[in-house]
Amino acid sequence: MDLTYTGAELVYREELRAWLARTLPALPPAPDPADWPARRAYDTGWQRRLHEAGYADVHWNADPTRRLIFLEETELAGAPYVGANFVGLLHAGPTIAAEGTAGQRERWLPPVLRGDEVWCQGFSEPGAGSDLASLRTRAVRDGDSYVVTGSKIWTSHAEVADWCELLVRTDPDAPRHRGISWLAMPMDLPGVTVRPLRTLAGTTEFAEVFLDEVRVPVANRVGAENDGWRVTMVTLSFERGTAFAGEVVACRRTLRELARMARGTGAWDDPVLRRRMGRLAAEFGVLWRLVQWNVSAGAPGVGGSVLKLRYSQARQELYDTAAEVLGPSGALDADRPWTSDRLSSLSYTIAAGTSQIQRNIVAERILGLPKGA
Amino acid sequence: MDFRLTEDQRALADGTRGLMARLYPAERLREDAAGAAAGTPVTLDRGMWRALGEAGFFALRLPEERGGLGLGLPEAVLVFEEAGRALLPGPLVTTHLAAGWVPGAAEGGTVVTAVDGELTEWLEASDRVLGSYDKAEPVRSVDPLTPLHRVVGGEPAGGVVGGGVTAGGVLEGGVTAGGVTAGELLTCAQQTGSAARTLELAVRHATTREQFGRPIGSFQAVKHLCADMLVRAEMARTAVRAAAVSGDLGETAAARLLADEAAVRNARDCLQVFGGMGFTWEAEVHLHIKRSWILRSRGRSVAECEERLAESLLDETLCGI
Repeated sequence: MDLTYTGAELVYREELRAWLARTLPALPPAPDPADWPARRAYDTGWQRRLHEAGYADVHWNADPTRRLIFLEETELAGAPYVGANFVGLLHAGPTIAAEGTAGQRERWLPPVLRGDEVWCQGFSEPGAGSDLASLRTRAVRDGDSYVVTGSKIWTSHAEVADWCELLVRTDPDAPRHRGISWLAMPMDLPGVTVRPLRTLAGTTEFAEVFLDEVRVPVANRVGAENDGWRVTMVTLSFERGTAFAGEVVACRRTLRELARMARGTGAWDDPVLRRRMGRLAAEFGVLWRLVQWNVSAGAPGVGGSVLKLRYSQARQELYDTAAEVLGPSGALDADRPWTSDRLSSLSYTIAAGTSQIQRNIVAERILGLPKGA
Repeated sequence: MDFRLTEDQRALADGTRGLMARLYPAERLREDAAGAAAGTPVTLDRGMWRALGEAGFFALRLPEERGGLGLGLPEAVLVFEEAGRALLPGPLVTTHLAAGWVPGAAEGGTVVTAVDGELTEWLEASDRVLGSYDKAEPVRSVDPLTPLHRVVGGEPAGGVVGGGVTAGGVLEGGVTAGGVTAGELLTCAQQTGSAARTLELAVRHATTREQFGRPIGSFQAVKHLCADMLVRAEMARTAVRAAAVSGDLGETAAARLLADEAAVRNARDCLQVFGGMGFTWEAEVHLHIKRSWILRSRGRSVAECEERLAESLLDETLCGI
């Protein structure tokens, strides 16, 4: 059990820190959150800078400890988030890297690393949420193309994406996990309609994607036909271990800011609030150690699920506590950043597998309890 | 950075589990509990204590030239996790802390307890009591295997007691360079072990016990109890090990909160999974519930730990991680 960093890792950290100090002041101002084209330009511009400096593939090839240092330092420095590059860098990209042909890797990976192309994810459907394998978007082979019809939901960045990693049903008669294929779909094909979805936070970061006889080349399939479920699972847990590393760092900073604010307003005199914040300090401190544990342990396993379950809850508690510190005049003002963060935190126990589904997974796959009837 | 156990640490943990299985198997625990219910006075097994001493349980952190194993706090928490798992009885932490300056403690020949607040554990069975008191009366302890005395005029150990080490200092862990209170962390490690054990018991029961024609573990309501138990146990283990390695005071307070939470709540959820069977004296569950209450009452209170952590949020010198 060694929590110290090696000399080489410390050098990596120092160099990264110096690069961030030089680079961040030169960034353009952050875009209006409602302006999607501007957000894409900002996020891909950041990725381009990372690429030029040799940090673009930190999520893919760097050893996990360096990835952790990268996530920690970029967060501490207030660098931009992965944003519109998320699916390309953390879902579609790793899938293609693991399962694609040499030609597919050559075609799709470099533009992701350079920030030239943006991907979105077409997995969930209105009828297939937690039960993803029940997806019904149909792909019928017709010569060199699949003709795809159906609809996808919760697709982030769909409005500005070039590509969609799409799960489709290619064999409706096979057992449900066996009839699915993974396709890379250009978003500008005829028959693709994107409709933004307004979330309870008032933002439009998700969209619905409607597919009406969209012709996707068969050559865009990654992995064998009907093997898409396995292809997806190979990398679905790719980022679980470090998924929230940057966010945990950010939450710890937010907690400190909250404490200072509370001292200023006098709310700090309330021992109930103080103790609640002390408890959160413990929680986020240990979550950070858990991230380090996950990185050390390698393959995401027990720690990934624990992190997802516990972090999502802790984040909601953090922003509920923020509301208390802000008092009604702040907590009810939707323009206050902590208030909008509070609203968006509500998705954390739902997105990427609800906490209830996570508990089923923990119970069945880790603890070995029998499957339900 | 590599947070995983080294090969030696893994071997130490495995070896200790084996030692516990020999010295204090679950059958022995249940026998002791049954004996206590039948009115047999609870005594400390001196043979077992000596065997622990021979295995290096108490001398673990003493330097080799003083007859110890020369290991550190990270290794000690692994060993105490196993002791907590087995609900090994006795004033383990205080004797461990006394090793090296109370003669015989390191070897397991001397049993050492300490005055801590109003209640003192294992007072009659101990050869040496750190701290002082005017009067002590036995209390019918909620934990049948941890005798308690209520002390009047109790004073925790203080002053120079030998070798230039203050008893208070030793009780607070010889206070390592970073200021971690070893004794507190070792108690946390015991709690973590108990939390892992009650999880294991609950899962085993949920897998074998059938109702409505199927194992109760196939019901989501039961699954979710078990999943939450795993989450607590893993968080506690991470917290305790990290604090042992870093020697950070804030992390020790965090470990305290999470380890107590894991032990106390896992034991309760374990009882819930066992249902009526868990409410009997025969089942192991109640012993974990009761021991977790005893261990939680040691040293700092929950409120003190939370206040300590809250205070650290305002400490400007702690800007990073």
